[in-house]
Amino acid sequence: MSEAEEIPLWEVFIRPRNGLAHRHCGSLHAADAEMALQAARDVYTRRGEGLSVWVIPSAQIVASDPQDRGVLFDPADDKIYRHPSFYNIPDDVGHM
Amino acid sequence: MYSQGLIGSGEQTTETPEFLAAFQARIDADEKIEPNDPMPAAYRKTLIRQIGQHAHSEIVGMLPEGNWITRAPTLRRKAALLAKVQDEGGHGLYLYSAAETLGVSRKQMTEELVSGRAKYSSIFNYPTQTWADIGAIGWLVDGAAIMNQVPLCRCSYGPYARAMIRVCREESFHQRQGYEIMLKLAEGSPAQKEMAQDALNRWWWPSLMMFGPPDGASEHSDQSTRWKIKRFTNDELRQKFVDATVPQAQRLGLSLPDPALAWNEAEGRYDYGEIDWDEFWAVVKGHGPLNKARVAARKKAWEDGAWVREAALAHAKKRAARQSVAIAAE
Repeated sequence: MSEAEEIPLWEVFIRPRNGLAHRHCGSLHAADAEMALQAARDVYTRRGEGLSVWVIPSAQIVASDPQDRGVLFDPADDKIYRHPSFYNIPDDVGHM
Repeated sequence: MYSQGLIGSGEQTTETPEFLAAFQARIDADEKIEPNDPMPAAYRKTLIRQIGQHAHSEIVGMLPEGNWITRAPTLRRKAALLAKVQDEGGHGLYLYSAAETLGVSRKQMTEELVSGRAKYSSIFNYPTQTWADIGAIGWLVDGAAIMNQVPLCRCSYGPYARAMIRVCREESFHQRQGYEIMLKLAEGSPAQKEMAQDALNRWWWPSLMMFGPPDGASEHSDQSTRWKIKRFTNDELRQKFVDATVPQAQRLGLSLPDPALAWNEAEGRYDYGEIDWDEFWAVVKGHGPLNKARVAARKKAWEDGAWVREAALAHAKKRAARQSVAIAAE
């Protein structure tokens, strides 16, 4: 192979229809944003899967470390008072 | 879409027993493993190899069918075949990107394919001699692939499972497209029916071989099963395929080229004859009718496209440089 470098990687997000959020569906290689959008259309929307596509350079995504899962997310586990079912409301109050 | 039993694995792990036990506990609890999660080196390596082989199979699988796009008998069939071959290319790309999440680069995988070191489904080393072969491939080869791939949708590795869900959703059109071609030929003139029978005769056994070596001879099945990469054995999947396909052949009025094929009332399944494993291993090892031509075609496409990739990157860099100059001038 003659090229020394790899063509950049992009993450692809698709909005299936208005009212729904864009959702990650995969990745692809493309030299620039325009080609990434075109390739995303060809690779990920051959059967009407979307109305809108986002492409984002993979290198630009900042992610949490899975090893930090406990530190980051366990503190939420014992805060049951953040949920509505924590509070006792008599039945005769009705739906609240 | 095409996968085949994994060839040439047999990974050993070197991690501590505690680490391996913790990993196995996650698998046993049906947790999905995601790209940055800790995982045994052999799990990673097995998946890189399997997903890579699977992706290569999709890409090489475009060649035998692409051979007939310009000669499809009607515009309807040409449009369908074109869409199918385009799907195979798409499936290859989903799978390459799933493999890349494990740390292998696209470039490495491409190099392995064009150098002839990579394995791919051995069935694509057989030639497509007539239009009926396109029917037989869609019906049998895609049918066998679906048997393999549906359980992979529940594979323990998240990105692979998600890619397989997309693939399986798109796949059933392929099998129906192939069966419809066979049906049309089987209902046609005696010469057309004969062409369908001839294609079935040539593709039946290689399709059974797609499930990989028999369970006794498969080197990596046990570990892959424990890690929930594989959910069924090669022979189990092969049997499911035979049981599903025999009635379809009967409906076509074609006969399967296996004198030993018979319904086994006691077991509730079809018994089938001995597979020629010498032929399978010869094709896997590079001695099939078209191994060299397939790799040469991929190599040529890759090399002929080099200037396009270089130009696209140079153009992207030039535009980025201009943009930063413009921003600096503001």
